[in-house]
Amino acid sequence: MEKCKFSDPFKKAREEKGYGEMNDQDDPVTILLRHKDVRKSAHNWQTFQSGAVPGRIVVPSEVKIRDIRQIPFEVDPPLHKDFRNLLEGWFKRPNDEAYQEVLHKQISDLVDEVLEKESLDVVTEFALKLQSRALTILLNTPYSESETFISWGTHVFRSEGESLDASKANVLYDYLDAKINEASKNPGKDLYSMLLEAEVLGKKLTHEEIKGIMILTFAGGRDTVINAVTNTIAYFAEHPKSLEDIKNNPDKINKAVEELIRYFSPLTHMGRVVTQDTEVCEHAIKADSRASLCWASANRDASVFENPDEVDFDRKINPHVGFGFSHHNCLGATHARQILRTLLSILSHKVTTFEIIDSKENIEDLGEFKRKVGFHSLNVKFNK
Amino acid sequence: MAKITFITSDNEKITLEGDSGNVMQLAVNNSVKGIDGDCGGVCSCATCHVFVSENDIAKVGEASEIEVDMLELADDANEFSRLCCQIEISDAIDGVELTVAK
Repeated sequence: MEKCKFSDPFKKAREEKGYGEMNDQDDPVTILLRHKDVRKSAHNWQTFQSGAVPGRIVVPSEVKIRDIRQIPFEVDPPLHKDFRNLLEGWFKRPNDEAYQEVLHKQISDLVDEVLEKESLDVVTEFALKLQSRALTILLNTPYSESETFISWGTHVFRSEGESLDASKANVLYDYLDAKINEASKNPGKDLYSMLLEAEVLGKKLTHEEIKGIMILTFAGGRDTVINAVTNTIAYFAEHPKSLEDIKNNPDKINKAVEELIRYFSPLTHMGRVVTQDTEVCEHAIKADSRASLCWASANRDASVFENPDEVDFDRKINPHVGFGFSHHNCLGATHARQILRTLLSILSHKVTTFEIIDSKENIEDLGEFKRKVGFHSLNVKFNK
Repeated sequence: MAKITFITSDNEKITLEGDSGNVMQLAVNNSVKGIDGDCGGVCSCATCHVFVSENDIAKVGEASEIEVDMLELADDANEFSRLCCQIEISDAIDGVELTVAK
């Protein structure tokens, strides 16, 4: 009964001092751990900057492997707002009924497919496929594109054994160059075409800007969604009664999804570059050094969440920061939420139990902290 | 049954009736512009921010500590701000007027 347990490695440091430290390619990071500090710093974009050198706010840093700026992620207000305004409508499409119908069919078919198997690796044969196929709805591109996305494997930027892999990023970049050029010649109704048509501050977007938006769309929702889906299966494998509870009380799905996101926190933290000497928890942070906002730690802060290490689908107030917070909150959150809500509904109707056969945990190394973020593999049998 | 009036950013007045659940859900079900309710009502996203009309403050009641913390970091919040997912619909709030934040 321990596979789905995600312990909180930050507890002691969060309660005793409020921050942790890690080195990352000689550009150290102060990890902010308390809910209040994380939210306040996320809100304070002037001091905790996202628009630094491209790749620097990501931990591990991607400075050495990319020059291209991810948008709107690595842009600060006021320009950030102009890009968000351009993109919000498109990224809220998952709230439309027609979108939800297609997503429901995709996930339902996939669950039917895996119910026929003796066993499967949830990461590569379920979550990766689900994420890749659902991405075609978000981009409004043909379903067949998902075969290419699946062939890239579980990470767009990272590969097994190496934290950074530039050659893998080039596969995505080349693909995006080709797609943007194609849409430029034959405009359609996909995201590339929408961006080619669009203007920000009265100017058309450049190829690089469109590419920056697309890279974010691909990379931001890749391993995060894969981990959220895989971890959810692991959770229900060990809590069959919770799945039954969802089946009998489908109105709990919303709260259950928010709670699973809080508990799993698929993105552990996100960095910022500090623009001026500042202090958090009486700890000085120097200008031009890095701080990170640890969503995973904030989501277990006992001063905000009662019994933070328990999964409780009846948690009524749940101010988690699993999708980040404030200006830079997750653009893909509507899509991600819809995926998980649909998944819970379908699983509760089609699956009675899951049997975990074996698993290999994915442990992130954050200097003094080691955090389980998901699984490298999770072999499971789905039972009707 | 309570009547609740929303005033959107384009000055449209929408009056809706409800008898249970929360105000955010009522607004989302009726597509009130500016109320997204992304998190489904657990006080995590602040996409259901409204300003309660001065005369209705007593009827609607005060925000909880967690809601206040959330509102503190909303740029345009003031003493009339509430996250309407945290306002339960009951006869007690009949006739209130809520202006949707931008």
